[in-house]
Amino acid sequence: MQSNTQVIRIEPSKGRVALQLQELWAYRELLYFLIWRDVMVRYKQTALGAAWAIIQPIFTMLVFSLFFGRLGKIPSDGIPYPIFTYAALVPWTFFSQGLSQASNSLVGSANLIKKVYFPRLCVPIAAVTSGLIDFALAFMVLLGMMLYYGILPGGKVIWLPVLLLLTLTTSLGVSLWLSALNVHFRDVRHIIPFLTQLWLFATPIAYPSSLLSEPWRTLYSINPMVGVVEGFRWALLGAETAPGPMVVVSFLAALAILVSGVFYFRRLEKTFADIV
Amino acid sequence: MGDIAIRVEEIGKKYRIGKPEKYKTLRDTLASSFTAPFLRVGQLLRGEVAVDAGQDEQFWALKEVSFEVRQGDVIGVIGGNGAGKSTLLKILSRITEPTTGFAEIHGRVASLLEVGTGFHQELTGRENTYLNGAILGMNKKEIDRKFDEIVAFSEVEKFIDTPVKHYSSGMYLRLAFAVAAHLEPEILIVDEVLAVGDAGFQQKCLGKMGAVAKEGRTVLFVSHNMGAITQLCGRAVQLEKGRLKRTGSAGEVVTAYLSSVAGAELKSSWSNEPSTPDGSDVRFRSVRLLSPDEQPLSIINFNESLLVEIVYEVKVPIRNLSVTCLLYDSMNHLVFESMDTDMPEWNGCIREPDSYCATTKIPPLLLRPGRYHLSFAAFVEGVRVIEQLRRVLTFDVSGVGYALQPKRDGIVSPVLDWKVCRFSENGRMV
Repeated sequence: MQSNTQVIRIEPSKGRVALQLQELWAYRELLYFLIWRDVMVRYKQTALGAAWAIIQPIFTMLVFSLFFGRLGKIPSDGIPYPIFTYAALVPWTFFSQGLSQASNSLVGSANLIKKVYFPRLCVPIAAVTSGLIDFALAFMVLLGMMLYYGILPGGKVIWLPVLLLLTLTTSLGVSLWLSALNVHFRDVRHIIPFLTQLWLFATPIAYPSSLLSEPWRTLYSINPMVGVVEGFRWALLGAETAPGPMVVVSFLAALAILVSGVFYFRRLEKTFADIV
Repeated sequence: MGDIAIRVEEIGKKYRIGKPEKYKTLRDTLASSFTAPFLRVGQLLRGEVAVDAGQDEQFWALKEVSFEVRQGDVIGVIGGNGAGKSTLLKILSRITEPTTGFAEIHGRVASLLEVGTGFHQELTGRENTYLNGAILGMNKKEIDRKFDEIVAFSEVEKFIDTPVKHYSSGMYLRLAFAVAAHLEPEILIVDEVLAVGDAGFQQKCLGKMGAVAKEGRTVLFVSHNMGAITQLCGRAVQLEKGRLKRTGSAGEVVTAYLSSVAGAELKSSWSNEPSTPDGSDVRFRSVRLLSPDEQPLSIINFNESLLVEIVYEVKVPIRNLSVTCLLYDSMNHLVFESMDTDMPEWNGCIREPDSYCATTKIPPLLLRPGRYHLSFAAFVEGVRVIEQLRRVLTFDVSGVGYALQPKRDGIVSPVLDWKVCRFSENGRMV
């Protein structure tokens, strides 16, 4: 047969749990299939299908533009309010959708978790990553709006992938915490809508962060979405907000959430099959 | 093939279960409502399962289980409900962690704990095949390569591109099993997948598993079906209440297990109302199973004969009455039907009102080890059924005396005489 068969040792894990990220790489095909499944199911089931990806940010933008922009007369850093808020809503929607999909992802895949072995990290990762398609669609609408307002992106757009990475990091980090907690406390997923609503207002989507004075402004970018949103507006729309320090703080915060999230998830992972 | 495939060493699995609430004092309640949130947070961060403080009882689903499986072995795992069989499989499949002990697995494992895991109703058969294959551990190239075989095995070619929610349950199972059947792991762990599906499907499953075993792969098979266990497995282990009760050859372990389970009814007797309107003409009084020396029994060895004794009453003269005995195996296949009118002296005669006792002998070296049940009927052929007794006796055939090698299929397992002649070089029989 073979000379070098892999030997797997099964024993109770003690203390520190190994991250075993190389196993995640070995299971990348399964991860791909889970993402593919989430996307296919989402689009097959809804009559609106792809349109749903852009309906939410567009309508939010319309409502905000009317009430905050026009009636409330909230400043928008010299950029037309609708596109000011829409550019923030595009990464925000990716983040909040990722959160709501991922929080119940483990419980929703209970039958898989109880019957098949695979690194459980795949489940929330697939839930968050499957939102990238929606993000791409909403982004196209953003490009359309930029055309309409005659705003041409400058060289700063090369920062976009970095900002997207920051969004992903944040989304994944928070999702890992929430999905793991949700297995033990099923009411966590009901807290999500409330949480995202608060978070939306804690992020400069409907208003500019220049409303805050330093040092509060930099401090408040511990909310990683602050760095994302201001960075997006700076890179795409040329907002003169010098978001450098904010992005750095946001990145550090997001990294802390992600790393702690992965460790926490791995520690809780051994209990999933027993109680999901 | 002497290398170890699986080694299990003192494996134990403990679950914490909640106890019923005891009467609490107000003081306790107030105190715990202050400390409880802090205790909870502490538990959470440590990653412990959230069980309410003070409600802590332990349940060992498995305790100190040790055994070895060599490459190429086909091992059956048997035991009553709650013995820990599924927990053992889950641990070996790495779905849950053991509390004590360790296990070593040498080789690629595929676990089949359920058929159709991950199937999604909205996706088509084709899409689900890829998804399920990936879940079971096949990569895309492998699935591409085997796709046509899988579809052919499942017999759902026409519907492969329809969403699975439109499939009948039979089609669903066939497709799910077809994907699993084309896994090529070194070690296959199977949990009672034969418990679902119709008889045809179960036979197909068994056949495929037999083929896998013949290819030299290691198989760990959990089942309640003793016939399947003796048919497929060379060795078996029995679990009881989480502990390893015994290991040994499949025949031995199955026999010992069955005799420890008081599952058979030795004798049924009654004076109940008849089951059909005509029933007043013939009444069954009792049916019994006896050993060759006329002792009542519930388990018979493969190499012993079995006596069936039926006592009945005939109330009015009946012409062409037949009293028949029907034997069913554990999968509800009718093995045979035999009646007293098979004997020429009873054929075509008139039976006068009286009490009758009929005995018949089931020959030895015929019935495959496993569980069987008997039904009886009294009828006049082509005219009417007078009385029926369904499934009134259950008995087991043990593996003692069963020495047929290699393992084979078949509802009955007779030991037939063979005579072999050889032609010499000049064409004459020697």
